[in-house]
Amino acid sequence: MSYMTINNRRVEFTNEKNVLSIIRKSGIDLPTFCYHSELSTYGACRMCVVEDDRGKIFASCSEIPRDGMVIYTNTPRLQHHRKMIIELLLASHCRDCTTCAKNGICTLQKLSRQLGIMDVRFENNKKQLPKDTSSECVIRDPNKCILCGDCVRTCDEIQGLGILDFAFRGSKMQVTPAFNKNLSETDCVGCGQCRAVCPTGAISIKQDVEPVWKILADKNIRVVAQIAPAVRVAVGDKFGIKKGENALGRLVAALRRIGFDEVYDTNFGADLTVMEESKELVERLESGENLPLFTSCCPAWVKFCERKYPEFKEHISTCRSPQEMFGALIKEDAKMKADKEPRKTMVVSIMPCTAKKAEITRPEHFTDGVQNVDYVLTTTEITRMIQAAGIDLAQVKPEAMDMPFGLASGAGAIFGVTGGVTEAVLRRLVNSNRAEDLEAISFTGVRGAEGIKEATVQLGDREVHIAVVNGLHCASEVLDKIKAGEVHYDFVEVMACKRGCIAGGGQPVPIGPRTKKARMEGMYKIDSTAQIKLSNENPIVTTVYEGILKGKEHKLLHNK
Amino acid sequence: MLDQTYYEKTDEIIAEHGAEQASLIPIIQDIQAEYRYLPPELLDYVAGKLGINEAKAYSVATFYENFSFEPKGKYIIKVCDGTACHVRKSIPILERLYSELGLSSEKVTTDDMMFTLETVSCLGACGLAPVLTVNDKVYPAMTPDAAAELIHELRGA
Repeated sequence: MSYMTINNRRVEFTNEKNVLSIIRKSGIDLPTFCYHSELSTYGACRMCVVEDDRGKIFASCSEIPRDGMVIYTNTPRLQHHRKMIIELLLASHCRDCTTCAKNGICTLQKLSRQLGIMDVRFENNKKQLPKDTSSECVIRDPNKCILCGDCVRTCDEIQGLGILDFAFRGSKMQVTPAFNKNLSETDCVGCGQCRAVCPTGAISIKQDVEPVWKILADKNIRVVAQIAPAVRVAVGDKFGIKKGENALGRLVAALRRIGFDEVYDTNFGADLTVMEESKELVERLESGENLPLFTSCCPAWVKFCERKYPEFKEHISTCRSPQEMFGALIKEDAKMKADKEPRKTMVVSIMPCTAKKAEITRPEHFTDGVQNVDYVLTTTEITRMIQAAGIDLAQVKPEAMDMPFGLASGAGAIFGVTGGVTEAVLRRLVNSNRAEDLEAISFTGVRGAEGIKEATVQLGDREVHIAVVNGLHCASEVLDKIKAGEVHYDFVEVMACKRGCIAGGGQPVPIGPRTKKARMEGMYKIDSTAQIKLSNENPIVTTVYEGILKGKEHKLLHNK
Repeated sequence: MLDQTYYEKTDEIIAEHGAEQASLIPIIQDIQAEYRYLPPELLDYVAGKLGINEAKAYSVATFYENFSFEPKGKYIIKVCDGTACHVRKSIPILERLYSELGLSSEKVTTDDMMFTLETVSCLGACGLAPVLTVNDKVYPAMTPDAAAELIHELRGA
């Protein structure tokens, strides 16, 4: 055990990778823009500067801890430097905070307030650049960029895409796709992870709040909401609800108060996905064609595969994603009840994801020319709508979802976390709700935060090889290995975002390691407290297969 | 879309340096030497061959003033504006050349593709200040009039 002295207090440390982590562990929240523990250390923002006993100033994120170090984190010199850095950043920054998407959650705004910047002495002579609104998922406003490079490293290191990078240099430097292209002209998959790490309003969610308010106010429209699994453990964040706590009941109540006519669970859609996808897996295992089977729930992954690995396109499950299955089902149900319900039905999904916004407009997600899902609101947008309506989620009395599509199994719930889809499909295939069998599945290695997890499961007389992948960089790694014949899998689950949808690009930010962990635990808690564990034991699933879906399973639940 | 010969030439250049990420700069330097500019299509092509993201390659190419995505003229004139040349009045030379050629800091190449006018920060020939180069040939102790005369000569040549 080694120790260092931080602000005259002795602090022990072991194998922390930099001085910054020790300082933070000791309870001092040293500010940073460019440091994320999951990304490489960049050392650009210089906010984490500290001073040692010899008066040397250095960035603590880039300093390897040494035994006996003496460090000060808040000397007058450091205060002066930090204030100057913020002032200079603000000088060339668009300061229309009141109309910014990140107003209130912006790190630059927060630090400027904390450090007491009352005046910016320098003139902004930076050339104003146009916003990029071409993507259906995120908006890029280069005038709000502080060049911390968080998005650059996320896109490259976590997602392996490298759509954004620095261009030019010195005062002309900007973060941009190659040749200043619009995001829609690149291979951007819309995962929104750049937005999740962006400390300012330079990358924000494409907003669909206004059109949703409009349809909510329209008496001739029946607005049906569906809530994705990962939303419920994150929507409480901005209302002071404990991180990772299931706020579903409160959210349902709030949605009714702001005008949604019916509120259902995307977990039910996930149950349908489990039914179809496990059937597809069994068929492919029997025929031996197009193995491994890739999951199709994550639209960012689907787009990634189409763009970067088109040779594997046929391997992607033909199943629609849970939100699309659900949308198609609701629209079909409305069609069958048209004589009793004169209003037009529109489906709004509440999702943790920015890529889902692009998924709904893809041609295969129309059924008989009708769009399955009309709008996607991210958790962040619905938070804003609830706030705008003057509702405090923490004070709302929880309510139950509407029936019949508000009943879902625990298997549907864990879709929101990496490994969940696989675990749900395995439960269906093993088809046992005995506690020891469920536990055995959860211990096969499908749970956990690692980028690539492998599991082998005995199904009948056959061993099924499974890979569970999160982060597209890891997906490339797995696909390359499959291509080279180094590995063999039968089933591969891919989620674009690290740890799955709980850390999706549309979730409330900032999403630190503790928040991610709490949300992950929250998801598994929903499953462990659910009475129905298997999708095929959900009575509503049986009902719809015998009713609405009869003879239309393929048309409503599959792409092809 | 560029002619197929461009890609063949690029393949040759890549083969010369080896298709590894560290060779990016020498490869694009050679392409620029060949065509007097770096065609954007070829930057993409090289990035693909070297396994570098397009945005990263663009980042490298825009970092260095020397790389140009626009075709350059037959004569590339570099007016030195380093400290020594600057104090010995390089700016009047530059301005005379701008007016002589109808160019500006935004438009650097003449429409007839004869001249490209650039400034550089130091050519390391401070003893000869103010200095300019035309296709790497050094012209020492220049004046605005001498520069104008040089343009006439080059036009006539």
